[in-house]
Amino acid sequence: MRVLAAMSGGVDSAVAAARAAEMGHDVTGIHLALSRNPQSYRTGARGCCTIEDSNDARRAADVIGIPFYVWDLSDRFHQDVVEEFVAEYSAGRTPNPCLRCNEKIKFAAVLDRAVALGFDAVATGHYATLATGADGLVELHRAADPGKDQSYVLGVLTQEQLRHSMFPLGPTLKSEVRAEAARRGLQVARKPDSHDICFIADGDTSGWLRERLGSGTGDIVDSASGQVLGRHEGAFGFTVGQRKGLRIGTPTDDGRPRYVLDIEPVSGTVTVGPREELTVDRIEGVRARWCGAAPTQPVRVTVQLRAHGGEHRALVTPGDAGSLRVELHDPAQGIAPGQAAVVYDGSRVVGSCTIAAASRTAAPA
Amino acid sequence: MSTPGSTLVDAMNDTDQGRPVYLDHAASTPMYPEAVAAMTAQLTHLGNPSSLHAPGRQARRVVEESREALAQALSCRPGEVVFTSGGTESDNLALKGLFWARRAEDPRRTRILSTAIEHHAVLDSLHWLGEHEGADVELLPVDRLGRLDLDALRRSVARDPGTVGLVSVMWANNEVGTVQPVGEVVRLAHAHGIPVHTDAVQAVGQVPVDFAASGVDALTVTAHKAGGPYGVGALVVRRDLQVTPQLHGGGQERDIRSGTIDTPAIAAFATAVGLAVRNQPDHAVRVAALRDDLVRRVREQVPDAVVNGDPDSGLDHRLPGNAHLTFPGCEGDSLLMLLDARGIATSTGSACSAGVPQASHVLLAMGCNEEQARSSLRLSLGHTSTAADVDALVAAIGPVVSRARAAGAAAGFGVSKKAG
Repeated sequence: MRVLAAMSGGVDSAVAAARAAEMGHDVTGIHLALSRNPQSYRTGARGCCTIEDSNDARRAADVIGIPFYVWDLSDRFHQDVVEEFVAEYSAGRTPNPCLRCNEKIKFAAVLDRAVALGFDAVATGHYATLATGADGLVELHRAADPGKDQSYVLGVLTQEQLRHSMFPLGPTLKSEVRAEAARRGLQVARKPDSHDICFIADGDTSGWLRERLGSGTGDIVDSASGQVLGRHEGAFGFTVGQRKGLRIGTPTDDGRPRYVLDIEPVSGTVTVGPREELTVDRIEGVRARWCGAAPTQPVRVTVQLRAHGGEHRALVTPGDAGSLRVELHDPAQGIAPGQAAVVYDGSRVVGSCTIAAASRTAAPA
Repeated sequence: MSTPGSTLVDAMNDTDQGRPVYLDHAASTPMYPEAVAAMTAQLTHLGNPSSLHAPGRQARRVVEESREALAQALSCRPGEVVFTSGGTESDNLALKGLFWARRAEDPRRTRILSTAIEHHAVLDSLHWLGEHEGADVELLPVDRLGRLDLDALRRSVARDPGTVGLVSVMWANNEVGTVQPVGEVVRLAHAHGIPVHTDAVQAVGQVPVDFAASGVDALTVTAHKAGGPYGVGALVVRRDLQVTPQLHGGGQERDIRSGTIDTPAIAAFATAVGLAVRNQPDHAVRVAALRDDLVRRVREQVPDAVVNGDPDSGLDHRLPGNAHLTFPGCEGDSLLMLLDARGIATSTGSACSAGVPQASHVLLAMGCNEEQARSSLRLSLGHTSTAADVDALVAAIGPVVSRARAAGAAAGFGVSKKAG
């Protein structure tokens, strides 16, 4: 197969490309330039946007012995990922840009161009596995390394996207990947993993958002009393379920901590209250995406409600126009609108939706 | 036809299927075997040319003979040749050195007039002078063929001649190959006593370059575009012109450019430029014929391909080895990648930061829109190019353009692209 290996400059995508080449595929490496102004990210950035990362990817391609190019996806990335990220925060939600990047950039803009250029698949360093089901459909499964599993951020991929995807690291533990990189003579073997959001160079999401959204002050309101407990400098600094950094002077009567329960984007009001009020058992989802055939009946599955979160047993009922209802078997806490609910059947990813709202149907027993 | 051992040219002339088809001579062209021989011979010789003992004198003799050979090839005086590390350094030295020296003579001289299509070694130096040294930089427009608008230059000079520190206009453009009206520029500037610098990196060995006859005051040349090694070049600059040094130290090169003189590189540089200039008339005829054949046959394969630059093949119009084409609906980097996969080396002719292709400032200045600029490919031929190279490109271009178009359409790239 002719394989296009997306190389971020990190150890995972380098080893993934090397493995694809070793399997006998005709591999070409590409680095995606996603920052509009890569020069400004020269130092301090931790993601995949720096010139240093581009050079690391190039050196890895040299060592593997594959051609290497840089593709400029900065406009698409800005439009489809960065602007949406800002819009979601300004609407009081907590988006996951990695999912959106996979959906719109890596397995859409890049994949489409790759296929048109004559490639059969795009390989990435994601930790997830692919299998072919009895029905001939390509299935997406969790990775062998539970600590590194990234099937959650791939839950947006459709069958057509999965058919042209390759995840060579799926069966492997992260620790083995580093050892393999060293064995293969890849300079990135000891390069630290990237964390946080790649386009926010210093990791200060709040500060980054403040630059773009301005400081829209608002009240911090107690859910029980309705009393204004304080003011904040911008609702985008808050996520449902957040406990730290509320900076409320007035303690609760019983001394128990308060959590963010709700963010109202228009007024900027942030409602806080006790942990119990975070408890939800029903989630309304939008933008449902299915890895295979879309279910037509309610299905008993598990759902993962945040990156690195646990699984919850649930009944998932598909609705109209990509909507989805998720009824949790056991209540969960701190479900932030904007995050993805990824639906699993065992280790297999069934699909996903974006959480629009979460609520409680019954009072606690 | 060749003896075993002269591997460089053999490798390039080898007509085996597997040999690379190199159509990027404007980026760098293979070294002449004679230049390799001159360089390797000097690498084993002892002596710093600035030393006073016999080995030093011997090295110095090689350097001075090289200087004389270069002077003869470029029609300048040996004393006008200042050796540097190459084109970028020569451009920096000329622009900053002349700007500072001229402004020191008369503080009103804050303007620098240049063109919008210069190489980044010139543009970025000018930008820096503007940002940090208070220079008023005017980048004059070019016509749709990529030739400087002389009326714009005339008006700009006439506005206040006494405030112009210098004029810098490249001899020939590196992307579209358009030869600039350097003679007219010199007449215009000299009428007001303004010195002229020209970046002739692309021109030497391709078209006649005569320093004395051209009247320019400073000229940039580099070895590796003329069959010499990387990392060496020269600024040819008139003796009566003050140039503020950029590198301070041992006082080599008339105190304008300190640094130990690189005898082997200079020997090879002089050998290469000597050969390139001597071969230039025959070379230009041969390569221009290949280029014209290439363009004609590419357009047979891709009828809507657009030729950028000057359609006149005359050497006062266009560099003989340069072909530059826009393929509507294709992204240039798709074309480059697909041709590369077929063993054909080309260029999008654009500036790269971390390998990120950006729309060419040259094409934008010529009036192309961003999309046309990004749909372009530069094919540059040189002294090792053969008819087989042209055949290979012509055989590949049709399928490659079809594929690149499909990819362009997939990316929403092409004539139907929505605004915004």
